[in-house]
Amino acid sequence: MSIFRTNRLTKAFGGLIAVKDLSFHVEEGQIYGLIGPNGSGKTTVFNLINGYYPITSGSISFQGKELNGLPTWKICKLGIGRTFQIVKPLRRMTVIENVMASAFNQTARKDDARERSLKILDFCELTRKQDYPAKGLTIGDRKRLEIARALATGPKLLLLDETMAGLTPQEQAEGVKLIRRIRDSGVTIIIVEHIMHVIMNICDQILCINYGQEITRGTPEEVGNNPAVIEAYLGRE
Amino acid sequence: MKVIRWSTLVPLLILMVFPVIVDSDYYRHIFIIALMWVVIGSSWNLLAGYTGQVSFGHAIFFGTGAYTAGLCVTKLGISAWWGMLFGGPVAVLVGLIIGWICFRLRGPYFALATIAVGEIFRIGATVWRDLTEGMQGILIIQTFRSKIPYYYLALFLAAACVYAIYRVVNSKWGFYFVAIREDEDAAESMGISGFRYKSLSLAVSSFFTGLAGAFYMNYMAFIDPHVVFSLHYISIMAILVGIIGGVGTLWGPPAGAFIMVLLQETFRSSFFGLLPKWVSEGHVLVFGLLVIFVIRFMANGIIGDWHKIRQIWSRAKSLPPAAAGN
Repeated sequence: MSIFRTNRLTKAFGGLIAVKDLSFHVEEGQIYGLIGPNGSGKTTVFNLINGYYPITSGSISFQGKELNGLPTWKICKLGIGRTFQIVKPLRRMTVIENVMASAFNQTARKDDARERSLKILDFCELTRKQDYPAKGLTIGDRKRLEIARALATGPKLLLLDETMAGLTPQEQAEGVKLIRRIRDSGVTIIIVEHIMHVIMNICDQILCINYGQEITRGTPEEVGNNPAVIEAYLGRE
Repeated sequence: MKVIRWSTLVPLLILMVFPVIVDSDYYRHIFIIALMWVVIGSSWNLLAGYTGQVSFGHAIFFGTGAYTAGLCVTKLGISAWWGMLFGGPVAVLVGLIIGWICFRLRGPYFALATIAVGEIFRIGATVWRDLTEGMQGILIIQTFRSKIPYYYLALFLAAACVYAIYRVVNSKWGFYFVAIREDEDAAESMGISGFRYKSLSLAVSSFFTGLAGAFYMNYMAFIDPHVVFSLHYISIMAILVGIIGGVGTLWGPPAGAFIMVLLQETFRSSFFGLLPKWVSEGHVLVFGLLVIFVIRFMANGIIGDWHKIRQIWSRAKSLPPAAAGN
């Protein structure tokens, strides 16, 4: 039984069909990669999953429960956390306050929220910066903060939207380790990423889309060697 | 976010002994009005400063509270003091309905909507004579001739309001409010219902503003729509109190309330009669200049930028060698 599944998911913005008939499922404990060229509809899929956009047709289910029509915050409470590609730090709060605001999902007590947040900051290696204002963080730390905040809601499924973009190779290597640690702690992950060596390294399954439609799917080796994928990224010879 | 220390009891103690020491109904009156503005300014600040929903319509809640108290007398034939009980809840009810309509708008569009709704209330109260007596207003008889009971009631309201807001902003609600202010989309994806928590913020805010309105009816004993539903005298004044003192700080609005009321009175009375009468015409101009000055040099208000002010002060006294070199 898959923890997460979409069935003929479709999203149209007026006449433009951004996502078309996309069906996929994710098993518990997997890292599932979603790849495709720029503008292929990856982030739109995330926005459909977490309820930011209403679905045109098709369905999404999580742990056997239909998500259609639920507001974003309820989907989060069901156990789907997400990060944003364009990071959204709560700028005038400190790092720990950012995470605490999320941690209040699991507790109503302030000291308890603080304790949980400290654990998560430690997990994400942000402890040293806990009292920095969020607006003063480097891009690498902002991406970590996005992840920390998503983790603090206590998700069973985590949607990571280009958490590696704009990072140095060193930071990317640390990021890969962090994502693995998250998976090992029992969180299923769907990841959108452009950096191929990252995605090829950590994913169990990959779905490649273009123009909102599936091109191919399979293990990283299968997808990486598929001529259709190479064509979508690099064009025809 | 911890801001209540022992030293905060000092202003409270001063305010408690003030009417005993100062034997002048004139100054007591000014302080009563200032304390009332502490309530309104702090309430506005919870919604606008902490939750980021800038309201240009707090006169709605003030007027609703005031008219609730007034109608207790004219329609129900009971004491206007019942307004202190009903004023808050009725204002909350009005607030929740307005929130239900206006919270689907964000940023400046929400602010514009509150101006429109505020004007609807003012005009509505003017036109609906059967209920409100229109521009004739509502006149009641004051319960006490002395200012002292009103003073301590206003002080109690102000202290209760500031303490309640202190508790709110240091709880889960406070974190949620600020998260919504900083980024509503991010907050939603963190499991925070924007609509629910904006409504809760508005409920607390309108409750205390309604209480202040009911107090005003009892204290001033006369209200009409153009005073209590005024865009200029109430809604804009609430914003000025917040901005001058410091938006999003606990002590900003209380400081702003005293500064604004004292300043207004100083000019209205032409510096207590020391300057020629035309000076009193200039008070709106001075407010404008003050707002420009504060926004230009202390964008976080007098309390929010207190460390800057202290820096200037200490630098004037002794220039450290490093700074002198520059």
